[in-house]
Amino acid sequence: MSLDLGDALQTFFAESRSLLQEMEEGLLRLETAPDDAEAVNAVFRAAHTIKGSSGLFGLDDIVAFTHKAENVLDRVRNNELALTEDLVGLFLGCRDHIERLLDITADGVEMDAATRQQGEALASQLGQYMGQPAPTLPAETNEPVQSVGGGRVADDTWHISLRFGQDVLKNGMDPLSFLRYLGTLGEIVHLTTLDDALPGAREMDPECCYLGFEIRLSTEADKARIEGVFEFVRDDCQLHILPPGSRVADYIDLIEALPENNIRLGEILVACGAMTQRELDESLALQACESARQESPQPLGEILVKRQIVQPELVDAALTKQKEARHRQAQEARFVRVHADKLDSLINLVGELVIAGAGVGLMAARNKDGAMMESVSGMARLVEDIRDGAMRLRMVEIGETFNRFRRVVRDVSKEIGKDIELVIGGAETELDKTVVEKIGDPLTHLVRNAMDHGIESADVRLARGKPAKGTLQLNAYHESGGIVIEVVDDGGGLNRERILAKARDKGLIQAGDNLADRDVWNLIFEPGFSTAEQVSNLSGRGVGMDVVRRNIEALRGTVEIGSREGVGSTFRIRLPLTLAIIDGFLMGVAESHYVVPLDMVLECVELSASASRNEGCDYLNLRGEVLPLLRVKEHFNLKGRSSRRENVVVVTAAGRKAGLVVDELKGEFQAVIKPLGTLFERIRGISGSTILGSGEVALVLDVPALQDEAARAGSSGVMV
Amino acid sequence: MELSQERRENRLCLQAVGEMTIYSAAELKPALLEVLGRSDEIEIDLSGVSELDTSGVQLLILMKREAAVAGKALTLSRHSQAVLEVFELLGLGSWFGDPQLLPADATGRAAA
Repeated sequence: MSLDLGDALQTFFAESRSLLQEMEEGLLRLETAPDDAEAVNAVFRAAHTIKGSSGLFGLDDIVAFTHKAENVLDRVRNNELALTEDLVGLFLGCRDHIERLLDITADGVEMDAATRQQGEALASQLGQYMGQPAPTLPAETNEPVQSVGGGRVADDTWHISLRFGQDVLKNGMDPLSFLRYLGTLGEIVHLTTLDDALPGAREMDPECCYLGFEIRLSTEADKARIEGVFEFVRDDCQLHILPPGSRVADYIDLIEALPENNIRLGEILVACGAMTQRELDESLALQACESARQESPQPLGEILVKRQIVQPELVDAALTKQKEARHRQAQEARFVRVHADKLDSLINLVGELVIAGAGVGLMAARNKDGAMMESVSGMARLVEDIRDGAMRLRMVEIGETFNRFRRVVRDVSKEIGKDIELVIGGAETELDKTVVEKIGDPLTHLVRNAMDHGIESADVRLARGKPAKGTLQLNAYHESGGIVIEVVDDGGGLNRERILAKARDKGLIQAGDNLADRDVWNLIFEPGFSTAEQVSNLSGRGVGMDVVRRNIEALRGTVEIGSREGVGSTFRIRLPLTLAIIDGFLMGVAESHYVVPLDMVLECVELSASASRNEGCDYLNLRGEVLPLLRVKEHFNLKGRSSRRENVVVVTAAGRKAGLVVDELKGEFQAVIKPLGTLFERIRGISGSTILGSGEVALVLDVPALQDEAARAGSSGVMV
Repeated sequence: MELSQERRENRLCLQAVGEMTIYSAAELKPALLEVLGRSDEIEIDLSGVSELDTSGVQLLILMKREAAVAGKALTLSRHSQAVLEVFELLGLGSWFGDPQLLPADATGRAAA
């Protein structure tokens, strides 16, 4: 099998994966509501479409297997088979197997024995539901893959009707060469030559063209390109192009529009495979019936819709088809599939634009050119809007990621024998696509962890006076320029004593240390930390809690734990909305520039001379509140003249406040964040860099990390 | 385009040599129709056809149709490579219903 179809194949994989996703959602819905006909249809459609497109690429393994699943699904759809829990489980297994087959194809490797065995096992299970031994494989792979009750007429082929004008030949053009060129766009699946216009011997002018063609073309080219083939004869021919998936009614309209006899054209369309004989017969019968009643016959397409009284079952079918086709078109119109790289490069350019804009602004300010400054600020506002718009393009709802966990929760709860319900909140919360992609793994681990260790077994729960059914919540919401994702369980909570004991064993804390709850909980993120009871087959996957924290920190996020014994625990992940551009607050320290995300800045206060002079003092009395101070200059060991006056920027992150002591406040600034090189990866307290309009570099402060530092410096060495 | 005729028993064999295109269509039409009137069984040998375009195809279709109307038998034989390619493209092979020889064979004969 040759796999050099490149782009088309990639699209196929992407589409198939999202179809599998739909299939899974449908199946999970069916598990709770087996009578949901819409869900059955969705699952069937997904399987059918995957089968159809796999057939196009000659992926026979997938076609053969999906076909078997589809047969059983069809019986379910026709109410011949009741949808039991076992059957849903089997379909989920089939879904996974199809995914596996897709992966194998995508990797371009041969199917291994285990996969093959699994496929055979699933197939024989499916066969039982068919009430007969599964037919042999070759017979099924040969089956044509189109029009098995789906909404569309045929799969992927364009239908082109071509009638050349009589003068084409005299104008020095040969229709044959257009057809040959058309053949280079794809594959001409079928071509019928129509000689109906050719007059008798006497009238026929040998230098005129009388031929017409009905063509089925399988191609990835779009309509414009197909039309382009006939550009030179555009005025001299009658050209009708029907895209793949056109409705029967469209073909009927086509038949109406063409000069030849309707019956004959219909037969040709059937021969081409454009429509089935049944579809043609029914449509034509309807039309005949209609023209008998009326003097001027209506177009057949309208009749199909209007004459409900005549043949209700046919019209019903036609209507369903139309509805589906319209639905598809509407969906296609609402979304544009864009390559992520293109978006990234757009965002990059917008970033450069922001920097360049800042440069212009700086120049205008330096030259004290009032008019210039005014237009610059107008432009800056537009650039800001463009930036926001561009960033929004990358925003996706987190719901899709959350929905994946329905399956995880279902499987894991079966595996460990606990009855657990997943409750999803804030699925419509949006965040950057890159963040969404990377949050999946840590989230999976947290979810599994909560189910395995958090939620107790049913008898323990009953003994504690809780409902037997455990609840796991996934919540998402926006908070101060970031997004918060919560994994909440109503289990037993973390065991403080056990964690402390383990930490002492490991030498992470001293025997006499008195830790606050949050510090205790944070211990479980230490590398290699796991209490003995926590080891089970589920905690595998090679992702420990320390990796969870590392992954989240790599996204400039934080994770914190809230837990109450016997009530449950909450893992709260805070992430920045985006990784690329932020509204920042620019500060000067000695000769350097620093930026913090503006959303984190609460207020700025002047550091009083007395507090400033007292070097030992690391606290500020902020209206009666104790505010830990972090002297940026000392922290980064900066040399340089002390400014006459120092300022405190009060920042908040993850619900904690801290004061950054800086020399100069420079105000709001749009920061395009550039990652630091690997060399600086391990520096704590800095999360990136950005370029100022003047070309100077400013460092982006990692506030949570600095807060930890400040807290550590402030508390007399409790943390090690 | 040159046409040469040869009578074998009841059958009139017509050998077409050269390009069957728009350039010769005007003279070819009367010549072909004239032949049609002279026998009940006609065979057109296409082995010498070096090029065939839409007008040539139209003439062949016309011949086939006229022959059918007049109740005569018209067969096309020894299709050259050029003819085969066009018939293949237009899906006309089965329409004419004549046995088509393998391309290699046809070229071999055409060259001979």
